[in-house]
Amino acid sequence: MRVTLVGVSHHGAEVELRERVAMRLEEAGSVASALAADCGEAVCLSTCNRTELYVAHEDDVDAQAAARSVLLEREPELASALYRLHDEAAALHLFRVAAGLDSLVPGEGEILGQVRAAFEAGATGAVLDRLFRQALYAGRKARTQTAIGESPSSVSAAAAALAQQVFGDLRGRRILLVGAGKVSEQAARNLLTRGAEIAVVANRTVDRASELAERFGSAALPLERIEDELVRADVVVSSTSASDFVLTRAQVERALRVRRGRPLFLIDLAVPRDVDPAINELDGCYLYDIDDLEAVVAESLGARRREAASAETIVAAEAEQFRSWQASLDVVPAIASLRARAEEIRRGELEKAEARLGALSDDERKAVESVTAQIVNKLLHLPTVRMKLAAAAADGVVYADAVRHLFGLEDER
Amino acid sequence: MAELLFWPALIAYGEAAVAYVGVLRRPALATRLAIWGVRIGWLAQTALLIAEVLRADGFPWSSWAGALNLFVWFVVGAYLIWGCSPRYRLLGLAVMPAAAVLFAIAGFGGSAADDGSGLFVAIHVGLVVAGFAGFGLAAALAGLYLWQERRLKQRSAGLLRMGPPSLVTLDGLAARVTVFSLGSFTAGIALGFARGHELDLAVAGAVAAWLVFGSALLLRRELGWRGKRAAYLTLAGFALVALLGLPAGHLG
Repeated sequence: MRVTLVGVSHHGAEVELRERVAMRLEEAGSVASALAADCGEAVCLSTCNRTELYVAHEDDVDAQAAARSVLLEREPELASALYRLHDEAAALHLFRVAAGLDSLVPGEGEILGQVRAAFEAGATGAVLDRLFRQALYAGRKARTQTAIGESPSSVSAAAAALAQQVFGDLRGRRILLVGAGKVSEQAARNLLTRGAEIAVVANRTVDRASELAERFGSAALPLERIEDELVRADVVVSSTSASDFVLTRAQVERALRVRRGRPLFLIDLAVPRDVDPAINELDGCYLYDIDDLEAVVAESLGARRREAASAETIVAAEAEQFRSWQASLDVVPAIASLRARAEEIRRGELEKAEARLGALSDDERKAVESVTAQIVNKLLHLPTVRMKLAAAAADGVVYADAVRHLFGLEDER
Repeated sequence: MAELLFWPALIAYGEAAVAYVGVLRRPALATRLAIWGVRIGWLAQTALLIAEVLRADGFPWSSWAGALNLFVWFVVGAYLIWGCSPRYRLLGLAVMPAAAVLFAIAGFGGSAADDGSGLFVAIHVGLVVAGFAGFGLAAALAGLYLWQERRLKQRSAGLLRMGPPSLVTLDGLAARVTVFSLGSFTAGIALGFARGHELDLAVAGAVAAWLVFGSALLLRRELGWRGKRAAYLTLAGFALVALLGLPAGHLG
């Protein structure tokens, strides 16, 4: 059974091409089922960065042609961007994908869930089942044994990670959202996933603030009353389109007098800036603007790339294991035939001896059965092990043919 | 017997100190090695102290070397309870090299007394030394706080790489350790006064340190002096303790 991969990804195709072959999960499942009906086993992995068809089939030429036609029917211009990989190379590619090593941001975590979903929606048999389970294992292993997924990969994740450097656990921390735009909302959502609560949304137009506040179950305030909340907030996320500072040093100084030494973390995502940079000089105030956060992201992406080298070693070892397993499949039919032939001979000889064994008690008969089965098993154990080893070393087919010839198993192919 | 136990404790503390330095290069492995060094070293030192107690007829640590030995045992013990985890590996970097050096000085500088002192000295010295040890640990936490606070203010490179505890955690932990230590220290010096200890430089220094740490806690509670101010006060208090050589001066 060969594994064939045909696909297109962000490495070779612009988004305009990729989006024409992108599929929702249900559609990917249907495509996999249709391909499996022709080929044997199939899984379709479709994300915003790639659409890949994995097929397991006895005839890899047919499988490749079927998979290619599925993608080209949707977008004929895709032909030059398609890549094709087989067996070990296909496995290594999938393991790298699952580990996030083929992603735009190395180590991003979402892809592992997407691989799992594609696997569950696919039409798998013994080969693709093993391949995808091992891919999920390799992806998890790369993340737990290296720091590839630890550092933040976006501005909002960096802001949340920095807030944790100040407060530790963010559960119950109050966030003051200044500005009701998409940017501050996205940053706030990242803080929310870590347990913080959006306490207040302040905006120049209160209607916009109320709209967003309703979604978060928080209160809305006009910008003029921002100082009231400044006394209670732990984190301030600001992103308005104001041309002047929305938050001045004097305002924060007044708030600090009643905060009793509690730290205040301020995230300024606006350009031009909303928060007076002099606030960072105040005791207990930590201010990060968009440039500071982007510098943190750039540095952590560098760290992820360094960790990627260790992750590559892990996925390569997993791909090698898959290769050994797949190679062992070449000798499995020969081993099965050999064992069936031996069992057939054993049974035949016992039947011939039936007349002489007739006088034996049930216990004695069981003992004879057991002894003959043990002799067969012991005789076949070493050849079985050696054939599997030879398969792992790529000589499996030669050994399997020799066994078939020596034991007269040709008809049982 | 006691002398034989000194070496495994010193080697383990030394290993922990070196491993904590290695945290900067290979965090996961070095932290594991360091934590085991701390655990084994502390157990060996505990066995050493037990052997000294059994050998002496009474409390054997009223000499400066003995008191220093006990001080290190309290510091490492407190660190084991409050901070010996991967999250606090930078605290280990601050505590363990100093602990290893002080333990070596105590071991090579003299030995525990063979005759020993009475119950009063045992309780008095035990409480005061436990207080000193806690102040030492609180000072290490305050130092780590100031270092991390500065890095956050300056948006230093590698801010997320080292993974030290958060500022709020460090600040709260230093305050809690100070509360425990001040309690033990207060009881220790009260016992000393109750038994008519003369007022000398060491006692005056101890009272001054008590006032600094006491003020730090009071100002924290009443005026909300947390973070940097609390850290500076904790360091000032410990500097007073260390500069006046209080553990040795007071007890020796």
